[in-house]
Amino acid sequence: MTATPKIELIGVTKTFGDNAVLKGIDLQVAAGESLVIIGTSGCGKSVTLKCLNGLITPDGGSIKIDGVEIFGGDRAAMEDLRRRFGMTFQFGALFDSLPIWENVTFRLRQRQKLTKAAARDIAVATVTDLGLAPHVIDQYPAELSGGMQKRVALARAIADKPEILLFDEPTSGLDPITGGVIDRLIIDAVQRLGATTVTISHDMASVRRIADKVAMVHNGVILWCGDVKDMDKSGVPEVHQFVHGLAEGPLTQTAAPAQQGRT
Amino acid sequence: MLSFIQNIGRTALTFLSALGRLTLFSVIAVRWIFTPPYYWQQLLRQIIDIGYYSLPVVGLTTLFSGMVLALQSYTGFARFSAEDTVATVVVLSVTRELGPVLAGLMVAGRIGASMAAEIGTMRVTDQIDALDTLSTRPMQYLVAPRLLAGTICLPFLVLIGDVIGVFGGYIIGVFRLGFNPAIYLSRTLEYLEISDVTLGLIKAAVFGFLIALMGCYHGYHSGRGAEGVGRATTNAVVSASILILISNYLVTALFFGV
Repeated sequence: MTATPKIELIGVTKTFGDNAVLKGIDLQVAAGESLVIIGTSGCGKSVTLKCLNGLITPDGGSIKIDGVEIFGGDRAAMEDLRRRFGMTFQFGALFDSLPIWENVTFRLRQRQKLTKAAARDIAVATVTDLGLAPHVIDQYPAELSGGMQKRVALARAIADKPEILLFDEPTSGLDPITGGVIDRLIIDAVQRLGATTVTISHDMASVRRIADKVAMVHNGVILWCGDVKDMDKSGVPEVHQFVHGLAEGPLTQTAAPAQQGRT
Repeated sequence: MLSFIQNIGRTALTFLSALGRLTLFSVIAVRWIFTPPYYWQQLLRQIIDIGYYSLPVVGLTTLFSGMVLALQSYTGFARFSAEDTVATVVVLSVTRELGPVLAGLMVAGRIGASMAAEIGTMRVTDQIDALDTLSTRPMQYLVAPRLLAGTICLPFLVLIGDVIGVFGGYIIGVFRLGFNPAIYLSRTLEYLEISDVTLGLIKAAVFGFLIALMGCYHGYHSGRGAEGVGRATTNAVVSASILILISNYLVTALFFGV
């Protein structure tokens, strides 16, 4: 008898206007596993990630966490589910109007009565674990470098110890050294929490560092999924072209889809 | 001919669809105003931003409007020897009409634009999605406090603007036109009724709600990139200004004769 996957996507579809972005995504992620989704720009990686925690509602298919369907319940059920997730966004998405300590403890303070002093203590402990100086907590996001913002975003995502972490291009826009540091921090944090992670990345060096398993999305479906160490011998021309960054090959750039349907 | 009718139909459907979205947005936002948890810190921040930081612009606008009104009404009324009604005209015009409308238009430019730009930027930089992932409802955290703050603050701003506008008329009346200060003041208060002031304040509350609603709505549905945020900001100010003028007539007509 096989264990129930932590995350399971079955035939997930999503269309924006006339643009069918997801045409049937099938994925399984085991508990504690680190899956990285790769693919060309506009292939539907971010939409897949946002479907996972309900930011986008799929048109069809099924998404299960611990074997339980996440769509179909009410708003409260979705909010309960989201408490099990932590997420970082490509450009940090830190709240500009709040200092770092309020950013880091944002969800904790929504969920429980925390004094300002206690919240600040938690923020200091979290950011110092990620290699930032304690005084950073009184600064605002705009005062920090890109690498520091990524660390703060990671701190915010892990502050209340979620079971599942979603990372949207955690090293994009960073120099290789800072990118490597962020990867190390992610690996450490994930090991400490025992979390299951799904990451989107274009940075193949980063993929090799953080992934247990890699899935390549192309034309709205999973083209290849396998162990990270099998990535170079997949035998799939698209995977080979993408992994080695080749200009010539079966993959062509597609425009990013316009996302609609808010509120 | 057929394409002409199609265009009319398409325009009508687009308008009705936009109206439906806006109505739905308003209903959801108003519901969240009365639903816990309440974000007091957000509300206080908005009250300070709308109420306190708009005071200079509203004060200057109403001051000079009161002054101009005194000069213009004197010029007109002097033609049929009714100069002594200047004080009454100034106070009624400012409290019933100019105070709320000018304050509303100025706040629409200042606050409507800033709300649309702030929320629009949050939209395009994924901060609104981040709120969702942090178990916080964006409508409740971002929109509801702004609507409430706008509805609360505008009447106070207009009340202060009324006093400043009447004072502007007084300065011109006494120091430029040579009215006796005591007579000018007594003329100011003689025909002023409490309903004149309350009508202005009711208008102000409606305008405050509409300004915040337009700022939040256009920011929340902002398009991508700087261009999208820029367009949202423009749309917020233009639509708020138009709605102020339309609702000004509707509220005036509703209370006509009061």
